Amino acid sequence: MDLLEYQGKQLFARAGVAVPEGEAAGSVEDAVAAAGRVGFPCVIKAQVLIGGRGKAGGIKLAKDAGEARAHAGAILGMDIRGPRGEGPFRVHQVWVEAASEIDAEYYASIILDRSAKKPLVILSRMGGMNVEEIAETDPDALVRRHVHPRDGLALDEARSIAIDAGIDEDVVDGVAGILVALYGAFNDNDATLIEVNPLIVTADREVVALDAKVTIDGAALFRHEELAAIEDPPEDPQERLAKEKGLTYVKLDGNVGILGNGAGLCMSTLDVVANAGGDPANFLDAGGGSKADAIVDALEVITSDPKVTAVLFNIFGGITRCDEVAKGIIEAYGRVEMDVPLVVRLDGTNSEEGLRLLAEASLDGLHNAATMLGAAERVVELANG
Amino acid sequence: MSIIVGTDTKLVVSGLTGREGSFHGLRNRDYGTSLVAGVTPGKGGQDVDGVPVFDAVAEAVSEAGANTSMVFVPARFAAASINEAIDAGIGTVIAITEGIPVHDMLPTYWKAREAGVRLIGPNCPGVLSPGKANVGIIPAQFFAAGPIGVVSKSGTLTYQIGNELKQAGVGNSSIVGIGGDPIIGSDFIDVLELYENDPETELIVLVGEIGGDAEERAADYIAEHVTKPVVAYIAGFTAPPGKQMGHAGAIISGSSGTAEAKKQALEAKGVRVGRSPSEAAAIAAETLAAL
Repeated sequence: MDLLEYQGKQLFARAGVAVPEGEAAGSVEDAVAAAGRVGFPCVIKAQVLIGGRGKAGGIKLAKDAGEARAHAGAILGMDIRGPRGEGPFRVHQVWVEAASEIDAEYYASIILDRSAKKPLVILSRMGGMNVEEIAETDPDALVRRHVHPRDGLALDEARSIAIDAGIDEDVVDGVAGILVALYGAFNDNDATLIEVNPLIVTADREVVALDAKVTIDGAALFRHEELAAIEDPPEDPQERLAKEKGLTYVKLDGNVGILGNGAGLCMSTLDVVANAGGDPANFLDAGGGSKADAIVDALEVITSDPKVTAVLFNIFGGITRCDEVAKGIIEAYGRVEMDVPLVVRLDGTNSEEGLRLLAEASLDGLHNAATMLGAAERVVELANG
Repeated sequence: MSIIVGTDTKLVVSGLTGREGSFHGLRNRDYGTSLVAGVTPGKGGQDVDGVPVFDAVAEAVSEAGANTSMVFVPARFAAASINEAIDAGIGTVIAITEGIPVHDMLPTYWKAREAGVRLIGPNCPGVLSPGKANVGIIPAQFFAAGPIGVVSKSGTLTYQIGNELKQAGVGNSSIVGIGGDPIIGSDFIDVLELYENDPETELIVLVGEIGGDAEERAADYIAEHVTKPVVAYIAGFTAPPGKQMGHAGAIISGSSGTAEAKKQALEAKGVRVGRSPSEAAAIAAETLAAL
């Protein structure tokens, strides 16, 4: 689960990291009122879960109430795309915060290093640009230090990181203190990523987090009620419906609806369909023990996407029983309006029984395929035909 | 021989009294695995279809001689259950449970490493050594005994490949599902080392997917330490960045963790990568025949 900037800053503040004062607002009127309380000059910042907001026009400085009104009006409701074309992400909220006088910009992050099995602290005196750019411009400017999860990050270690990074001497202690507090926030909130870019030094030499990027481990939300409560439902209608039904679904751009059982097999199915010249509409993992009800739900979610012109079910039954899947498909035909063709590949546990049930039901627009490759070719033909 | 589980496996199942735990634990026994005990706190003294249940793993070790533990308990208690098995002196822990918080797994990972305990998973289908033992949820009927070792992040994808190998008349020494979580006990390279040293394994099939850099590190390891041929398959070429594709660990972060990068890293070290599971199986069968 990714937090919006202001949610991340609230989490930082609770952990003892200094952040600029500010307020969140969901309308132009609220934003103008917030700006009045925060004071001028202030910054109006789009709250979306993607980088590159500044370049997209989502961050503006307001010197007075008139400018605050104009900027909030322009930013609220705007669609922002990420640097790699991700999105668009619509802006529903802005964060209005006191403008900071910036003396220096640093970069600080804590990530979960999957290979080393340890948190990794990264600090640089070159903030404000993305970390890949820093690595390219001046790799020596990035100090990387693993922390053993049992030991945690001690203040001495944090000071040594700050000194190695060439942080201005008078703020070494301030930066070290913030690293320790961020590490605490990382641990206490089950975060897998915390990034502060930039971490600034103000004109009066205070160290302040000017941005916040935080990812929380979704598997740990059961012990963070306050974070679970602020999780927004997905914006995409199919992703929202899938979430309500407890299905693992990811929306893509194409027209071939896809269901597989197991994450790996499902990803592989997308690839095989793409290799056959098709364009997958979604990823949907029906899970390891797919029962009939889950199949009905899945078909409902997939076919509610208006772009879908054909659907492929790729099932290799292990724990999943193909006869259960077949029953689900037959039931779905009775409950969901099926106006697109469905290609079904059933293999593995009880596949003969599953195929017999499907043959007996003789459903309109249902095509069987014996192999994964054959099924992919068939569904692409039907989707584009 | 085989790796990780075999004829000397004496299995204790943590969570044997649960629905999933009893279903799969007894299935493993039916396959021929020596299932010696179950553990559920508060249910010591009971039995599940004749298998004695203890309150603690330590009793399963001292009373029933367990040396391998399978963890089937709910996610929020699973790391503690793995820790308990490590403390009890179990040598091999196979954690099937999905959804264990990564901050629970970090200290548990190090505890296992430092104790010299082999941890497989979590969020994995387990390990099958055809004809010898099955610990986990892998459907054994799709695999035959033979010279190919399989190591995989994905369950169903492995069944697909195993079944195609079986139809091509080739079997497996072992099938190891290492799991799809960000923090797992054993990586590709840990299992590659075991296969390299296993006299029954003649060829290795590696099944990877997007996320992390375990496949890239495996490529380097293969170039330096593996003399047996390795064939690979990678899933997730069409996955968009920033989206979790089913497995908690299957996510492209920024520009790292892509399927293309993994394929190139493996091919640069001489590993042949199939474009589909069928092609990977065909390459493996063909390479084996030419040995």
